[in-house]
Amino acid sequence: MNVFKKLVLASAIGLCFSPLSYAEMSIEITEGIESAMPIAIVPFASQGAPLDLSSVVSSDLARSGYFKPLSPQNMPSRPSTADAIRFAEWRGLGQNYIVIGRVQPNGGQYNIEFELFDVAKGESLLGYRMTSATADLRKTAHHISDLIYERLMGKKGVFSGRIAYITSTRQGPQSTHQLMVADADGANAKAVAISPEPLMSPAWSPDAARIAYVSFERKSAAIYTQTLASGQRERVAEFPGINGAPAWSPDGTKLAVTLSKDGSPDIYILDLGTRNVTKLTKNRAIDTEPTWSPDGRNIVFTSDRGGKPQLYVIPAQGGEERRITFSGSYNARASFSPDGKYITMVHGNGGDYRIGVMDVNSKSISVLTSGPLDESPSFAPNGSMVLYASRKGNTGYLSAVSVDGRMQQKLVFDSTEVREPAWSPK
Amino acid sequence: MKLHNKLAMFALLSTLALVGCSSDEEKDASLTDGSLNGVNGIGDASTSGLNGGSSFGGSGMNGGRYGARGANGLPPEFSDPNNPLSKRTIYFMLDSSQVQQDFIPVIAAHARYLLANPSQHIVLEGNGDERGSREYNIGLGEQRAKSVAGMLKAQGVSESQLSVVSYGEEKPVAMGHDEASWELNRRVELAY
Repeated sequence: MNVFKKLVLASAIGLCFSPLSYAEMSIEITEGIESAMPIAIVPFASQGAPLDLSSVVSSDLARSGYFKPLSPQNMPSRPSTADAIRFAEWRGLGQNYIVIGRVQPNGGQYNIEFELFDVAKGESLLGYRMTSATADLRKTAHHISDLIYERLMGKKGVFSGRIAYITSTRQGPQSTHQLMVADADGANAKAVAISPEPLMSPAWSPDAARIAYVSFERKSAAIYTQTLASGQRERVAEFPGINGAPAWSPDGTKLAVTLSKDGSPDIYILDLGTRNVTKLTKNRAIDTEPTWSPDGRNIVFTSDRGGKPQLYVIPAQGGEERRITFSGSYNARASFSPDGKYITMVHGNGGDYRIGVMDVNSKSISVLTSGPLDESPSFAPNGSMVLYASRKGNTGYLSAVSVDGRMQQKLVFDSTEVREPAWSPK
Repeated sequence: MKLHNKLAMFALLSTLALVGCSSDEEKDASLTDGSLNGVNGIGDASTSGLNGGSSFGGSGMNGGRYGARGANGLPPEFSDPNNPLSKRTIYFMLDSSQVQQDFIPVIAAHARYLLANPSQHIVLEGNGDERGSREYNIGLGEQRAKSVAGMLKAQGVSESQLSVVSYGEEKPVAMGHDEASWELNRRVELAY
């Protein structure tokens, strides 16, 4: 029985491609889990669509590490309707699930139907009918991946999200620094800001419509917020000294920032409406890298007041500051999981810098990566993975590791210095 | 001293690099002291919208705050390798912003020059190596630049002659990922 629900994808925003050229990114799974689920994603029956949606879905699910899609060459048949599925032959191939679909042109857009079946029971688990503009077909494919992932894993997928990151290239004495935004699979990479001077510390607003970042384009540090759709931006902080480490409050009305206008770097709250700044920490050491707890009540930050950098917490309204990390000689650059139960950070011991995850209640830290130069960790919006920057030899790359450390994927770029990845919150 | 040899070698290589591309004096100077803000009319970053629109944010001002100063007109002692004024980079130990003994005479020479030339302004650019987190390294770079500024002020240089900016690990001069590169990147540049 078909259980098609109706879903029309809003196609308000058509992505437009800039003529500038960008480094190609590809993704390798460097560590997968053995229990990945066999799934047959049958190539969708398509009439002239410019994108093979089923192959995008297949690589999304494979990339998650939890699925092992069957190669289309090994498929005994290619059903596109429920009636045409002979479940026995897929059972014989050891498949747990099968996905079928159809893509049909409809005026300037496409009608897409897909359905997911449990092979053992011969039962439909999920089915959708959706409409997509031609320019949004890839986005629609990621959305299908999200729906399948959520149905089978009981957790939201992150395939529709985007990542922001910084690239830097050098030619002789000239450097080009770019703030990039790409789909979560690395496709559609586009520079949203380009400068001959360093760009740093991109941070997504909670609604994913804006990015705050640091730019040295005026030969000193300033913090900007930029609306992604239009490219319009505002310079929101340019005090003498450091203007750094912007972090959005969960309600999107404030930024926690680092300023050194009064001497040493301290944490301040910048009200984006009034532009007033309120000083939160008042220490003569380096206080920096603030991050808000998801409930907005606390701010965790890095401070070297005890000698080496460690993580501290302070109420966002001000109050008592407490140290929260006690293992490892270096703990910095904290970021909360979306449920607030975990904090990921750069965890260093004797010059070796890895990505750690701390359980907020027990304060125990597990180390997820092998170092030695790992940095800038942040959680995926579903809390399942931590995205971070790493390097091997002279190549910088971005990597994602599952919170249990079992699964690792590497996002590889061509000949570009790449760093400071941040996953969009939605 | 080992560090000194490496630094001398690096300085030599930099000089050779300068000779190698000496067609543009301004670029050369920015290699040695990084101070050439605004001379080439460096503008704001350009931004683009994901909707396909393109716009330029900011006010369109360039970095002309110190721009008029440039590197032109520095007297010959700045290029005499036997004169401490030719040294415009102070190096630091790991995780430290304390000026090492070896560099005290260099800073003293610059202090004397700045005292004698009260209209001269310099930018102290603090930098760090790539290890650890980026924003923390911005903090470390600023501490280093401020400790050089403190020594200059202690010798009578006016605060108005000095500005401090920290680039953290964002502007390495040595691109390797080893101790030899790291010690060259932990530095404060005195940018005239």
